[in-house]
Amino acid sequence: MRTARAFWRSLTSMRTALILLLLLAIAAVPGSVLPQRSVNPESVNAYLAANPGSGRWLDRLWFFDVYSSPWFSAIYLLLFASLLGCLVPRLRQHFTNLVSAPPDAPSRLDRLPHSATDLTGAGDPPATAAKLKAGLKGQRWRAVVRDQTDGTVTVSAEKGYVKETGNLVFHFALLALLVGVALGSWYGWHGNRLVVAGEEFCNTLIQYDEYGLGARTTASDLPPFCVRLNAFRAEYLDNGQPVQFTADISYVEDPAAAPKAWRLEVNDPLRLDGGNVYLLGHGYAPVLRYTDRYGAAQTTVAPFLPDDGMLTSSGVAKFPDANVDPDGTKPRDTSAQVAFAGVYLPTLPADPSVGKSAFPAERDPALMIVAYQGNLGLGSGIPQSVYELSHRQIASGELKQVGERMLRPGETWTLPDGSRVEFVGTRQWITVSVRHDPGEKIVLFGAGALLVGLMVSLSGRRRRVWARIAPAGDGRSLISLGGLARSQQPSFADEFARVVALAGPPHETERPLAVAEKGH
Amino acid sequence: MAELSNQLLPVAVLAYLAAMVGYLMEYSFGGRGAVARTAVRPPRERELVGTAAGRVAPPTAPTSPAPTSPAPTATIPSKPAGRAVVFGRIAVGLTVVAALAHAGVLVTRGLAAGRVPWGNMYEFVVALSLVAAVAWLVLLIGRPTLRLLGLFVTLALVLVLGFAGMVLYTEAAPLVPALNSYWLKIHVSAAATASGLLLIAFVPAALFLIRTGYDAGKRRFPYPIGAKLPAAESLERLTFRLHAFAFPIWTFAVICGAIWAEAAWGRYWGWDPKEIWSFISWVAYAAYLHARATPSVKRTTATWFAVAAWGTMLINLYVINFVAVGLHSYAGVE
Ligand code: HEM
Repeated sequence: MRTARAFWRSLTSMRTALILLLLLAIAAVPGSVLPQRSVNPESVNAYLAANPGSGRWLDRLWFFDVYSSPWFSAIYLLLFASLLGCLVPRLRQHFTNLVSAPPDAPSRLDRLPHSATDLTGAGDPPATAAKLKAGLKGQRWRAVVRDQTDGTVTVSAEKGYVKETGNLVFHFALLALLVGVALGSWYGWHGNRLVVAGEEFCNTLIQYDEYGLGARTTASDLPPFCVRLNAFRAEYLDNGQPVQFTADISYVEDPAAAPKAWRLEVNDPLRLDGGNVYLLGHGYAPVLRYTDRYGAAQTTVAPFLPDDGMLTSSGVAKFPDANVDPDGTKPRDTSAQVAFAGVYLPTLPADPSVGKSAFPAERDPALMIVAYQGNLGLGSGIPQSVYELSHRQIASGELKQVGERMLRPGETWTLPDGSRVEFVGTRQWITVSVRHDPGEKIVLFGAGALLVGLMVSLSGRRRRVWARIAPAGDGRSLISLGGLARSQQPSFADEFARVVALAGPPHETERPLAVAEKGH
Repeated sequence: MAELSNQLLPVAVLAYLAAMVGYLMEYSFGGRGAVARTAVRPPRERELVGTAAGRVAPPTAPTSPAPTSPAPTATIPSKPAGRAVVFGRIAVGLTVVAALAHAGVLVTRGLAAGRVPWGNMYEFVVALSLVAAVAWLVLLIGRPTLRLLGLFVTLALVLVLGFAGMVLYTEAAPLVPALNSYWLKIHVSAAATASGLLLIAFVPAALFLIRTGYDAGKRRFPYPIGAKLPAAESLERLTFRLHAFAFPIWTFAVICGAIWAEAAWGRYWGWDPKEIWSFISWVAYAAYLHARATPSVKRTTATWFAVAAWGTMLINLYVINFVAVGLHSYAGVE
C-alpha cells in the first residue's frame, strides 16, 4: 500500500511527466527512419526482403509499427495516467481557490517582493478599506476585507486565476485529444481503390484494393453509397508541373435515388453521410484488344502505375483465357496464355531510346510492349500483382518473350503465331480513399481548447496584493501595501504602482517614503 | 519580377553580413559588460516611485551607457556613445536595410509567381528567416541593450539565407495541386512565423548556456563569448518569453496542418515523416515549457530542452525534406 501510494505520487509528479514527454519525443523518432506498415506496407516488405536478419528483429520489436507498438503506447498511456492523477487534485484545488476568499495578509507586508508603506487614507480604517476594495474591484481584483483583532483592517486581493484555468483547460484538452483519437481508431474505417474512368464502385469491403476497419467496426457499418468516375482532367504547365486535377464523379447515397454530380478535387473531398471520398492520385490505363489464333477477341483495360512526374507508366495486360480452342474438346492449354508488359509514354521524347515520357499529358502517346506467351502461373496459388508478371514463370522458361514493339493508339501488331494485339487507346484512372473517422470532431474541439488554454495559461499571471490599514489618530488611516506575483513578471511593478496610487497619497510626515522591491 | 527577386537575395545576404561585421566590431571594442549591466536593469523602480509618490526619480535612459561607465546601476543618463556603440548602431541600420531587401525578395517572388510566396522549401526558408529578422528588430525597439546578440542573429540569418539561395533555390512557379488550398496561406504562414520566432528564441537560449558556463568558470570555446553577454538571468527570461510567444503559434500551425491533411488525404494525422518531426518538436518545446515550470528542474537543464527542441526543428526542415519521401510535396527540393 505504501509503495503503491509512493509510486502514484512519483508518477503524478511534474518531473515524471517531463521524463515521459522526453521519452515520447525520442520514441517517435524510429518511425521516421524505418518504413511503417500503417503508412506504406510495401516499403516494409521491401525492407524486410533487403535486410532479413536485422529486419526480423526490428519487426519483433514493433519497429515497423512504432505508433501502435506496446512501448510507444506504454509511454503515452503512462503520461496520460500521470496527467489525470495530476489534474484531478489541481482541479479541486483550483475550484476551492475560486470560491474561497483570497488568503489573509501576511504579518510583514514590507517583506514581500513589492511593498509600499506609510500611505494615507482619507477616512478611518473600515472606510478606507471599503474604498480600496471598491477601487480594486474596479481593476478586476477579487478583494476581501477582514477586521483584525488588533484594530487594523486588512484587504486581500487576488487576480489572474485565469492562468490556472487556462492551464487546466490545456491539459484536459490533451485528454480530449486522446479520447478522440481512440474513438477514431475504434469506430473509423477506410478503403482505398483505383477507379478507371467509366467505372463505378460501391462502398463495400470487397470493392476496395486495400482497407482497414476499426476495432469496433464491422463490414456492415459501411454506408451503402456508390461512386462513378465519369472523367478526369489534369492541367499542366509547360514544364510538366501539374496545376489542377479534377475528377467528375457522380454518386448515389440511396440506391433508389438519382445520381448526383460532384467535382472531386485535391483538397476538396466529397463529404457524404458516414464517409468522405478523397482524390489521391491518377494515371493512365492502356486499352488493349487481343485477337487470338482462333479469332476470339478480348479487350483489357490495364491501369499502369506512374514511375515519374511525367507519368511514364508501367504495367501489364494479361489474357489468361486467350487461345482456348473454341471447340472445347481438348483440355485447356494454359501454356498458350498471353500477356503484354509495357511502358506507356503519354508524350514520346525526341529521342525515343530515353524510354521516358517528356510530358505528363498525352501529346504524342506511345506504348512500348513486350509480348509473352506461355503459362502465366495464375493457378499456382501464389498471389500475383496485377501490375507485374510472375518472375518465377519467366525465370523457369514457362513464360517466354515472343517479341517487342512500339504502338501508337489505333495500331495493331501481329504476333508470330498470327494473333493480333491492338492498342485501342487509354482511359484515365484515379485512386480514391474513402474514410470515416467519428473521433475527428472531438479531436478538433480538443485542439481548439488546447490552443486557447495554452495561450491563456502562457499569458496569464497570478498575483496578490494585501493592504493593512491602521488608524492614524487624526480620523485618517495609515496604509501599508504588499504585492506578490507568482513567477517573475516585470509588468507587475506597474500594476502594483496602480494599486499604490489607488490606496492614497503618502502620509505627510518627515519620514521618507518607503517603496521597495525585493528579491530580484 | 522573378529576376528582381533573385537579385535582391544576395543584396540581403551581403547586408546581413555587413551588419554582422558591425556587431562584431561593437562586440570586440565594447568593454566587458557594457551591455550586460544594463540588460539586468530592473525598469520598475522608477515608475513605481514616480507614480506612487509623485516623486520623480532620475529618468533612466534605455540606451546602454558608455562602456567606461563605472556605475553598477544604469540610472545615469547615457554618456555620448563610445566608438563601439557607433558600430552597433550602424549594424542595426544595416540590419534594417538587409531586412528590407529580404522582404523585397519575398514580395517580388510572390508577384512573380502570382501567389503567396511560400510554396516551396526555398520560399519557406526565405519567409521564416524574414520573420526572424523582423522579430529581432522589433525586440530591439524595446530593449536596445540586447543589440549585442545581433552578432549571433545575423550569423544565423546569413547561414540560413545563404543556404537557401545556394542549395534550395527553385524557379518561381504556380503551385502544385496538393498545395493549392487556402490552408497553404494559414498553415504555412503560421509554420514560418513560429519557426522564425523559434530561431530567434534559440539565440538567447544558447547564449544563456554559454553565459552560465562562463559564470561557472569555464573558459574553453565557446564559453569566452559569455564574457560580454547580458546577464544570465535576463537571457533566460528572454528565452522563456520568446518561447512562450512562439509555442502557441507552432501549436496553431500543427493544428492547421492536421486540418489541411484531413481535407487533402482524409486523415488528420498519419505519421508521415514531416508529421512525426512536427510532433517531436512540439513535444520537445512542451517539455521545455514544462521543465521551466517545474521547480525542481534547473534553469540550465530546462534551457537545454529548448536547444534540443530547436535541433528537432532543424532536422524537420533540412533533413526530412531531403531524405524522407513523404506525402508533403512541399518538400519538393528537386
Ligand atoms: C500529456 C503531456 C503534457 C504536456 C504536452 C504538457 C505540456 C505543458 C506545457 C506546454 C506547459 C506550459 C504551458 C502552460 O503553463 O500551460 C505545461 C504546464 C504545466 N503542466 Fe503540463 N503537460 C503535460 C503533462 C502534465 C502532467 C502529467 C502534469 C502533472 C504532473 C503537468 C503539470 C503541469 C503544471 C503544474 C503546469 C504549470 C506550471 C506553471 O505554470 O506553474 N503537465 N504543461
